[in-house]
Amino acid sequence: MQALNRKLWRDLWRLRGQILATAIVMASGLAVLINSLSTITSLQESSQAYYERYRFADVFAQVTRAPLYVLQRVAELPGVQSVSDRIAKVALLDVPDFPEPVMARLVSVPEHGQPVLNRLALLSGRWISSGHDSEVIVSQAFAKAHGLVPGDHFSAIINGTRKQLDIVGLALSPEFVYVLGPGALVPDDQRFGIIWMGRSALSAAYDQQGAFNDLSLSLMRNASADNVITALDSILAPYGAIGAVARKDQLSNWFLMNEIEQLESMSTILPAIFLLVAAFLIQMVMRRMIATERSEIGLLKAFGYSDWQVAWHYLKLVLLISLAGIVLGSLTGIWLGRFSTQMYSEFFRFPVLLYRPNTAAFAIGAGISVSAALGGAWGAVRQAALLPPAEAMRPPSPPVYRRGRLADSRMGQWLDQPSRLIIRHLMRWPARTGLTTLGIALSVALAVMSLQWNDALMHLAEVSFYQAQRQHAVLGLNEPRSTRVLAEVSRLPGVLASEPMRIVSADLSAGNRRHRGGIQALPSDASLQPVYDINLGPLRVPADGLVLGSLLAEKLGVRIGGTVHVEILSGRRPVFDIPVVAVVDTYVGMPAYMNLTAFNRRMQQRPVTEYINILLDPAATEPLLGKLKAVPTLASVTLKQAAVDSFHATINESMLIYMFIFSMFAGALAFGVIYTSMRITLMERGRELSTLRVMGFRRAEIAYVLLGEAGLLLLAALPLGLVLGYALVVLIAAAFETELFRVPVFIENSSYAYAGLIALAAGVCSAMIIRWRLNRLDLIKVLKTRA
Amino acid sequence: MSPRSDIPLHASQLTKVYQTGEVAVHALRQVDLDLYAGELVVLLGPSGSGKSTLLNILGGLDQPSSGEVWFYEQNLTTANQRQLTRFRRDHVGFVFQFYNLIPSLTARENVDLVTEIVKDPMNSAAALELVGLGNRVDHFPAQLSGGEQQRVAIARAIAKKPAILLCDEPTGALDSVTGILVLEAIDRVNRELGTTTAVITHNTIIGQMADRVLQMTDGRIADEARNTQRLEPSQMQW
Ligand SMILES: Nc1ncnc2c1ncn2[C@@H]1O[C@H](COP(=O)(O)OP(=O)(O)OP(=O)(O)O)[C@@H](O)[C@H]1O
Ligand SMILES: [Mg+2]
Repeated sequence: MQALNRKLWRDLWRLRGQILATAIVMASGLAVLINSLSTITSLQESSQAYYERYRFADVFAQVTRAPLYVLQRVAELPGVQSVSDRIAKVALLDVPDFPEPVMARLVSVPEHGQPVLNRLALLSGRWISSGHDSEVIVSQAFAKAHGLVPGDHFSAIINGTRKQLDIVGLALSPEFVYVLGPGALVPDDQRFGIIWMGRSALSAAYDQQGAFNDLSLSLMRNASADNVITALDSILAPYGAIGAVARKDQLSNWFLMNEIEQLESMSTILPAIFLLVAAFLIQMVMRRMIATERSEIGLLKAFGYSDWQVAWHYLKLVLLISLAGIVLGSLTGIWLGRFSTQMYSEFFRFPVLLYRPNTAAFAIGAGISVSAALGGAWGAVRQAALLPPAEAMRPPSPPVYRRGRLADSRMGQWLDQPSRLIIRHLMRWPARTGLTTLGIALSVALAVMSLQWNDALMHLAEVSFYQAQRQHAVLGLNEPRSTRVLAEVSRLPGVLASEPMRIVSADLSAGNRRHRGGIQALPSDASLQPVYDINLGPLRVPADGLVLGSLLAEKLGVRIGGTVHVEILSGRRPVFDIPVVAVVDTYVGMPAYMNLTAFNRRMQQRPVTEYINILLDPAATEPLLGKLKAVPTLASVTLKQAAVDSFHATINESMLIYMFIFSMFAGALAFGVIYTSMRITLMERGRELSTLRVMGFRRAEIAYVLLGEAGLLLLAALPLGLVLGYALVVLIAAAFETELFRVPVFIENSSYAYAGLIALAAGVCSAMIIRWRLNRLDLIKVLKTRA
Repeated sequence: MSPRSDIPLHASQLTKVYQTGEVAVHALRQVDLDLYAGELVVLLGPSGSGKSTLLNILGGLDQPSSGEVWFYEQNLTTANQRQLTRFRRDHVGFVFQFYNLIPSLTARENVDLVTEIVKDPMNSAAALELVGLGNRVDHFPAQLSGGEQQRVAIARAIAKKPAILLCDEPTGALDSVTGILVLEAIDRVNRELGTTTAVITHNTIIGQMADRVLQMTDGRIADEARNTQRLEPSQMQW
């Protein structure tokens, strides 16, 4: 086998460009796979360990105020393991050197140490001490965003009273791995933070002595969260419960799990595309190689090599190509995974989020890559192994060309011979031509998909921040107040217009389908925060009846004219049936809208509101914000511009880099396919091209035969790729659709154009390499040998 | 030794050395040769004596290690790749042992390949007519016999009305009857178009159709003989 191995090394060297091109395609798929799998493991393992060690609760409930003796009944519920009660409120902060009011979630912790559930990971400083009710522990991300350290101070409006708070420690909590402030689409650590305060300080401030308003439960193994929640809701109902949620619906955990799910769908769709194309490329190369070496194979067999030895010789080449792909892909995957983990640690706050490139990911990746390669090579190698030696020694019957419809049509009469050469060659192997076109088209599709992320998110931002919302800020009141408050707000300097809005928790059901969410009540002429349909634009709020978001309508299985059963979870907790009068399409959330007047009537309340949408005079915004920091009845201030800014900042930070990386992968795919196709044509036609050179054709003229073919394939692939790109975007958008948001299928023309340009650039790169090879054609060699 | 405006190909002191590793192969050693306008020269010699090397250098496919080749008043040895391509394109027709037709093009299209890129070519049908294939113009190479393919190759070589026709073992892969048909085509082109022609062969009998017969051994022209009378290929036999 010594001599055969030497042949193998020469083949490898001769085909190095080809092997590299195939390996790059394989490596891209593998890198995406390893990145997804290892990031999934990192997130999963980190969260699991975190949740366990810091006793993340299984069920979460909120009430307005419940006496402590209720806890006994909760603890006795079957399946409940431990109960942890506390006070939790949202408050406005005034952080030095930051012009806008900042929102925070105030959460009570025992002064003597860690709570039973949802313990804190204290990263620096110390625990609060009893008797010092101004001491707080602050979430680390918030502190970092404002440059705060233990020893610093800031003030907060706690239940209408301004109070100075002293930071004694920085911490993280399993409850707040992902922190989303009200009205935000992405985390904004500057404008929303978590503050842990002593229980006695908070209960005194909010008049909750001997009571609690927030409850966390851990469950026994095998206990059903649903059963516990049903029982818990009925115990807590008299105390203003807004309905308990299980861990899977807890906001932070939901986002974390959703991210893992998205990574999982990424880990199947994209690597599959790359590996299928890699298999196809290997298939093409091996077929070509074995066709060229027919007579050598026959000779080997005549000398007594077995079928298996012949097959093994070629399989070794395939395995070496895979090996190159695996090494390259693993290295890229490790790099990408480390980068992703770092990226994730900016959004998901863990005490430690370690990137551990897990062996399983590599094993799976390597296994799939080798299988794809062997799958691709199988047919060709089998053919070589089974070739009867006598037949192999005979020269292959020359390829039969036929006069094609195209080349001989009236239009074809105008074709020059080199063009005819191209067309006949493409028509001679229609399957290969088709698959190559498909391969290039897939790369274009992939580029479209990568580039549209930005389009889709920009569109999402445009629609949700500007078209669906016209207000500049949303003020949240600390409790429902008479709509007369609007008049006061309008009098504030800088406020141009104001509108009331209510958002109230509710259980909606139809038949046996349920949804725990809320009802958003708007005045009939709402213009600052209208009912908005992504296709139809702003709509008038109907006088009565329910307007449902389409995802919610689907979840409940109702249509216009159907009836929804509503159980309001606050106030007098009215229960009523209401007809669905309209269904609107939205990108974010599962809204249910009602007319404010009708809603207040159903709530058996006088006209009240919890939120006020306002329009601001840009020139007077700063002083107004300064004033708002000190308004005692305000629980929240959400500035739209801030939400917009942080959204864009997040996209620029993370998305653009991924877009770039994935566009590179798409380019690699295009390069792999185009280069392979040209290289194989060069192998097949090297002799013809040399003959043309001998006859006096210039280099540019023979390059035309090769490049023209690639150009034609590219030309066919571009429109197909754009269509496939659209389909891929629809597919991925559907895979990513969740209850909280769906990514719009929205692609700018420029993205289509850039996707095409990426493929063209890959084509130009391949062409330059091939051109370089063409210049090295040995003219004399072909004259000495038989075809 | 200077260029002459009446000599299509003039070579002087040509040497060609192939350096492969330690060994230097002297394929040509100080060869002097003139090909005169309109003559038909046959090159004989044992395998490895340098015939193909000489022909390739004369046709502008290869460069000598030293010495000069002139095409009329153009020095080919100082020409660059582009100029050599131009020279082959405008003035040289090649015919090889293995035909080197393009399998995806028909006979006519193979000839058109050349007529499309040169000034004032023959009609491709006429060229095929000249080699006796007027009725096979629309056949692909795979549908033609070896002799027919070689005649298409000749038609393709002469359709540009080249000054020089260089044939390297054109009958090497053919039986004698077919070989004679091919030689007749070459002979006819040489007579009717006045194309200066050089034919390499191992078959000494073929020397009878030449004006001059050159005998190569070991990289030199060892012997030169001028025929008093050229035989028609059909009069030859082997
Ligand atoms: N590319 C090359 N590298 C090294 N040596 C070469 C090369 N091409 C030809 N030779 C050597 O040059 C010498 C002359 O070769 P050439 O092909 O001209 O012979 P020839 O007379 O045409 O032989 P034949 O009748 O067998 O075709 C031979 O010894 C050959 O081995
Ligand atoms: Mg030879």
